Amino acid sequence: MGLTSQSSGFSLLKEKFEIQKKPNQKVIALAGNPNTGKSTLFNNLTGLNQHTGNWPGKTVTNAQGTFKYKDNDYLLVDLPGTYSLLANSVEEEVARDFICFGNPDITIVISDSTCLERNLNLVLQVLEITDNVIVCLNLMDEAKRKGITINIKKLKEKLGVPVIPMVARDGKGSKELLDTIDKMIKKEIKTTPYRLTYNKKTENIVNEIEKKLKNLIGNKLNTRWLSLRLIDGDKQILKSIDEIVKNNSLSKEEI
Amino acid sequence: MDKKVPLHLLPVGQKAKVIVLLNKGLSRRRLLDLGLIKDSLVKTERLSPSGNPIAYNIKGSVIALRKEETKNVLVEIIS
Ligand SMILES: Nc1nc2c(ncn2[C@@H]2O[C@H](COP(=O)(O)OP(=O)(O)O)[C@@H](O)[C@H]2O)c(=O)[nH]1
Ligand SMILES: [Mg+2]
Repeated sequence: MGLTSQSSGFSLLKEKFEIQKKPNQKVIALAGNPNTGKSTLFNNLTGLNQHTGNWPGKTVTNAQGTFKYKDNDYLLVDLPGTYSLLANSVEEEVARDFICFGNPDITIVISDSTCLERNLNLVLQVLEITDNVIVCLNLMDEAKRKGITINIKKLKEKLGVPVIPMVARDGKGSKELLDTIDKMIKKEIKTTPYRLTYNKKTENIVNEIEKKLKNLIGNKLNTRWLSLRLIDGDKQILKSIDEIVKNNSLSKEEI
Repeated sequence: MDKKVPLHLLPVGQKAKVIVLLNKGLSRRRLLDLGLIKDSLVKTERLSPSGNPIAYNIKGSVIALRKEETKNVLVEIIS
């Protein structure tokens, strides 16, 4: 097993995202489609302990807040609302880079229960990048009103990560979310995130690229996902990998 | 009458099924991410004052798309 970002202390949080976290603080990223109740949940969890600014060098708003639960201090980072992490908008770039290179301890994806199909696109993309994911099904009141029922247990099994129904506007579901966060941090929850297997040709190419990437940046990041993006011809990712390689000498000392 | 049209010509209020996306690269990826996948349903909601972009209902969200992108999406009108 390779060194994980947590154990090596590797992270671009400070260098790339100008995020200052206290030594023992756990970082949680909050992702979701636009208008799914992200800000509502963010406010529920952090109350007045928040501050907003911009992402470094971007005109995209960045909100960060802190909260305590049981034994831990948390830093919650509200990512821009996006439908995807792959296309070419600044918002998607920020969200994606943070989830991949910021190495949050947990990523929450908040979804609109009234149009789950649309929201699952982002969920699946996040699951491809990281293991520590919690899916919140928000707007359950609206879904109920529209006669939509969701088989939470089945969805949980299929996605391989915790799924929590909520009505963020009424604070419903927050307790279950906090307990799930707590358990995930304590490694009492083991996830088996749903990952796509591509056709043989693609998988072979991925394996080739992944080997080379591992030589270059080690096991710190999700090299499979990075390889897939390189096949996409994603130039932005190439830039980010470049930054990592430059930072590598520094993080090797930490290891 | 041919019931297949490019998406930008789908009349307001009309529902259709996506047949094929002829877009390539990032534009294709973006439309797929927004839910324009083969066999999925789309409805023209309304035109902007200049007629471009046009707002569509795709999988429960209303999303405005430019003609330059939607002219490459072939849909089949559902009566
Ligand atoms: N009915 C209902 N409305 C909600 C719920 N959560 C948030 N909202 C509303 O949905 C709208 C969008 O919420 P917001 O938090 O701004 O979404 P964001 O764009 O994802 O940050 C606001 O009017 C909220 O009051 C919920 O659980 N049920
Ligand atoms: Mg918001």
